[in-house]
Amino acid sequence: MNESLDPRVNRLRLNNSDGSFSIEEGENWNVFEVFHQEKRGAHHEHVGCVHAPDANLALIFAKEQFGRRKKCVNLWVVRSADILAFDLEDEDMFANNPDKTYRDASGFKVMDKINKFKAQSK
Amino acid sequence: MYGGGYIYDDSGRSWQQEEQLQDDPVKLAAFEARIARGEKIEPGDWMPAEYRRQLIRLIEQHAHSEIIGALPEGTWITRAPGFKRKLALIAKVQDEIGHGQLLYNAAETLGKSREAMINDLLSGKSKYSNVFNYPAETWADVTVIGFLIDAAAIVNQVANAKGSYGPYCRALERICYEESFHLKQGHDAFIELATGTAAQKAMLQDALNRWWQPIMHFFGPPDKVSAHSEKLMQWKVKMASNDDMRNQFLDAYVPKIWELGLTLPDPLLKKNTDTGKWEFSDPDWDLFFEVIKGNGPCNKERLDVRKWAEEHGRWIRKALMRQEERERTALPVA
Repeated sequence: MNESLDPRVNRLRLNNSDGSFSIEEGENWNVFEVFHQEKRGAHHEHVGCVHAPDANLALIFAKEQFGRRKKCVNLWVVRSADILAFDLEDEDMFANNPDKTYRDASGFKVMDKINKFKAQSK
Repeated sequence: MYGGGYIYDDSGRSWQQEEQLQDDPVKLAAFEARIARGEKIEPGDWMPAEYRRQLIRLIEQHAHSEIIGALPEGTWITRAPGFKRKLALIAKVQDEIGHGQLLYNAAETLGKSREAMINDLLSGKSKYSNVFNYPAETWADVTVIGFLIDAAAIVNQVANAKGSYGPYCRALERICYEESFHLKQGHDAFIELATGTAAQKAMLQDALNRWWQPIMHFFGPPDKVSAHSEKLMQWKVKMASNDDMRNQFLDAYVPKIWELGLTLPDPLLKKNTDTGKWEFSDPDWDLFFEVIKGNGPCNKERLDVRKWAEEHGRWIRKALMRQEERERTALPVA
């Protein structure tokens, strides 16, 4: 093996290690979801996640990961495990939302009625 | 940075038939129809076992490539010529580590834990882009990596960003944005040497000569010997063939090298004006597989450095982990 070109690597005396090392499940901490706010008054939007031992460090990692470029005024973090979501397979429960026109302004044809009334009263 | 056009798979070539027999044919048809319509597949969705396996392999290797790829360049931070170059290189290397994090997160949504991925990297089971098994001997090597390896990776990543798996696409979108800075700073440093003193030009030409073969290897073996891409292309896991990506790269970047008065160490390299395709000497593919197997100049050093970091970082990871936070979480929801 050739000696490393990096003096720092040579100082680590890597060749002394016996070669086998593994990390334990859970050693890379918990997962936190990150929400990014681009400007004051805007919604926080989900941008990804970070691994961290607690929420405070998650915020610091989130700043490095998601607040390093582009505009950012604030970040939220929340543990992924604390997020409750519907099952994707239940998507059909939202299917008839657009059909319920009585919940939309467009579902009420006010002008039609006014015009009809005006035409009749002439 | 480094999509590494070539994704190593040692599990044999007969996967298609075997795996697909196990998948529910009705669900498979619906799944393929969704992809054909251009829809994205999300973590909780049904997907064929082989789609999941291939994506984990692809994204995990991409993540490892980002992390390992930071090593040859990181080596040069302390020796970068000048304050401005040093700042840019630190920012770039930090980006690469960040890309690794984004990609590990995307791979985790498919059900493989971060720890399992790191262990597979350390044990040699999981690979990373082959170019990082070569040393960055001089500062000119750093400019060649920053310009040409990043450029090659961008070709690959822009293609993959149009793939079918939502979390991977979203990670790549962010990555590609940052890559444009990497490419530009690499090109800038490359030009500075190319237009500098005779010694600078000679140093750059030497680096270019050494890196040309690994660059030609970057997109993997030619299509005629690269098996099992058809299904992966239908599923939009692989978005362009090795040869197509290599050609796209040569088309965009060889002129940018030649215009600076530099040469490339391949007398057969030229664009065929009839076909629009680039022609070149066949790279040494035996060497390529030899390096993947672990016998390149830097394979051992790269993994030893990663092992050292994991081993010596353990105490602080443990110290920071609070007992009450200990329960493991569900998968990321993104």
